[in-house]
Amino acid sequence: MSEQITLEIARYCPDADLAPYFESYQVPVYKEWVVLDALNYIKDKVDGSLTYRWSCRMGICGSCGMMVNGEPKLTCATFLAAYARGGDKVRVEPLRYFPIVRDLVTELSDFMVKLKKVKPWLIRHDKLPLSEGEFLQTPEQLDEYKQFSMCINCTLCCAACPVVGLDPVFVGPAAIALAQRYNKDSRDQGTGERTALLAHPEGIWGCTFVGECTRVCPKQVDPAGAIQQYKVKAALEWLKSFVMPRGAGSEASSS
Amino acid sequence: MDASSHDVLLVGGGGAGLRAAIAAAEINPKLSIAVISKVYPMRSHTVSAEGGAAGVVKADDSLEEHAYDTISGGDWLCDQDAVEAFVKEAPQELLQLERWGCPWSREKDGRIAVRAFGGMKKRRTWFAADKTGFHMLHTLFQTTLKYAPITRYDEWFVTKLLVDDGCVQGVVAIELMSGRVQAITAKAVILCTGGCGRVFPFTTNANIKNGDGMALAYRAGAPLKDMEFVQYHPTGLPFTGILITEATRAEGGYLLNKDGYRYLQDYNLGKPLDKPVLRSMELGPRDRLSQAFIKEEQKGRTIQTPYGSIVHLDLRHLGEKLINTKLPFVRELCLKYQNIDPVKELIPVRPVVHYMMGGVSTDIDGATPLSGLFAAGEVACVSINGANRLGSNSLPECLVFGARAGRAAARYAAERPAPSGSALAQARDERRRLEVQFLHKTGGSERVATIREEMQNTVEASAGIYRKKESLSSGSQKLRELQERFGNISLDDRSRTFNTELEAALELGFMLDVAESIVYCALERTESRGAHQRTDFPARNDQDFLAHSLVYRNADGSSRVEYLPVRISRWAPGERVYGDQAPEQSKESPPALPARRGS
Repeated sequence: MSEQITLEIARYCPDADLAPYFESYQVPVYKEWVVLDALNYIKDKVDGSLTYRWSCRMGICGSCGMMVNGEPKLTCATFLAAYARGGDKVRVEPLRYFPIVRDLVTELSDFMVKLKKVKPWLIRHDKLPLSEGEFLQTPEQLDEYKQFSMCINCTLCCAACPVVGLDPVFVGPAAIALAQRYNKDSRDQGTGERTALLAHPEGIWGCTFVGECTRVCPKQVDPAGAIQQYKVKAALEWLKSFVMPRGAGSEASSS
Repeated sequence: MDASSHDVLLVGGGGAGLRAAIAAAEINPKLSIAVISKVYPMRSHTVSAEGGAAGVVKADDSLEEHAYDTISGGDWLCDQDAVEAFVKEAPQELLQLERWGCPWSREKDGRIAVRAFGGMKKRRTWFAADKTGFHMLHTLFQTTLKYAPITRYDEWFVTKLLVDDGCVQGVVAIELMSGRVQAITAKAVILCTGGCGRVFPFTTNANIKNGDGMALAYRAGAPLKDMEFVQYHPTGLPFTGILITEATRAEGGYLLNKDGYRYLQDYNLGKPLDKPVLRSMELGPRDRLSQAFIKEEQKGRTIQTPYGSIVHLDLRHLGEKLINTKLPFVRELCLKYQNIDPVKELIPVRPVVHYMMGGVSTDIDGATPLSGLFAAGEVACVSINGANRLGSNSLPECLVFGARAGRAAARYAAERPAPSGSALAQARDERRRLEVQFLHKTGGSERVATIREEMQNTVEASAGIYRKKESLSSGSQKLRELQERFGNISLDDRSRTFNTELEAALELGFMLDVAESIVYCALERTESRGAHQRTDFPARNDQDFLAHSLVYRNADGSSRVEYLPVRISRWAPGERVYGDQAPEQSKESPPALPARRGS
């Protein structure tokens, strides 16, 4: 008989419940099991109505983020055994600061709108035919933005950010890091546009630099670093706007 | 009853679906295009692809060589006209992705870098470290955001294709958030739902890979092609089934049995040299490598673990620097999920179900035989993959045939009248079915998970790496029984809000149909070719089976198989040779084709 552990899971179904409540489940602990395996065990064997998102189970699709004992975690990458010492319980809740759809499923529409707002695509003012070949980009130039391109949109950073909790219009760490991913790409010519979009209190100036976003990021994207870089850049752009009224920001080159 | 209407509707928002949506929007900006997906598009399973995407780009390479590698790798079951179009368009598509910002790995001078891959005689695999699928998917998704004509239905689950007078006219779908069942009509529908790895118990495939599109098409009357060809990737982590990319072997990793011996040298795959040799040893094709594992297991030369027997993948000699630069995700996955560091330790691996060569039968433009229905990506079978897909051909397949299907569907939609009024009535019937069978059902005693597990074990036992008549026949009977028990299913969850148990039940229904088609086609193909190995028919039989199997669903729920000759243009069927005796490719014109079934 394997060791058992108690999971306290936040339940909420808007058809039936006035407010979320906790329900306890006993699940076995195997050393290979992650928190998500325990949720699947409950859904398959005990209560088919337990509701949560998951897909790849290898930390890349970004679906299975939840609060585990108060910390935003990818549940597919969080071992159960780490919590199983001394009869501890594991508390699983939906990601903080998001509206709850049901049980552990959060509402993402607002996050998706904010993601689009920062124009997260390569902006070019020219239109070169494909026959011209690739834009040259050295490994060093790639390294400039590579880290910010690793975001899997799991929203853990948003659940860790106190400003997201207080200010619903703040665009949030993930979207800013994504903007910076394109700004720092040597092929991109859209920095000016994005800076204009983000250089106000809803954007980068909303961040009070708590740094929690970077601490919880499962992919080492460092959104806090992106925001800091962006603030410096935006301040420089603002200064330059007095000197060169048409603005700077066009730093791309092609092959 | 609500309904909405579009010109072109994509079902699935992964690599193929998003590429198709952009292609349709670019060829005809006046069209209304919609992408419907049961997950947010950036969660799609393309995200998990690791190693790379093949496309001829270097001066020492040629389209002919990429075509020959693909066709011989597919054991001559590929349609050669499709392969020729594929290798020609793949580099353009990969370049297009570069223009949209994909962070491809680079040479020192800033040009695109390429790496070796299994079964490929030249280095032609573009890569973004070992997160190629992730970067391709996010690049595509972010790029679609700038196209105004593309509407998204995120987290909507398609339950049925609307067919009227022999033409597909849209879908019925559930909005998961609200539980609303609605018709979404369209002049053309493109299925881009990916594969069906979850039909098996041990797979690299995500939880969402349930063969939805295959079953939707099959139920609507379209045939599925070559469903017996299932790819086992030779290197998955035990227990989780997490894929350890072929790029590990392309960079020089070794496969070792329990004695630390590079056992592939015993299976006609060449000699073990220190450095990787193209089309040799660890860079042989996936079917041969997975089959070699089973033979080693039979000889008692693998290592027993609680999660099946394993061999070892050794990367230690590659060094920390190379692993961190070229294979960072592999290191991350090993550390996080297996608690081992490949810089210092051996990685335990075993074959794992990875990819469906078969799928909805389409022509070279993604059109199925059913008017108004298109398909692209893993859900489809064009076929460029034949009896065994080469690693790094599936990502460019999503792009090339996604774009082709998008353009073809846009052209088709522009000439079609608006869908007929029968859609709403059909959608009402479908809503009633969902209520009667699941949400308002009384009685019933079967659990979704129980039937699913029995199905998975049945398919593995009957149609695994090696098959034979007895296993396939008993598997077929068991699946019939499971289909009946499925009718006796009872859900714990009767809510309309985000009902994932209902979704799982509908996915199980799809998977049962797909599982039956796999086992049935495997039973009918009495030869061995590529990934389809019959112990009772161990030889390839070109006389009778140089042909695609097409399985149709009959009105009474039974199936029938027909055969369609392989399209051969330039490369006559030959022997597949790997290792040091790999021949120069044959360039002679093909001989007169032998008679075969169905031709």
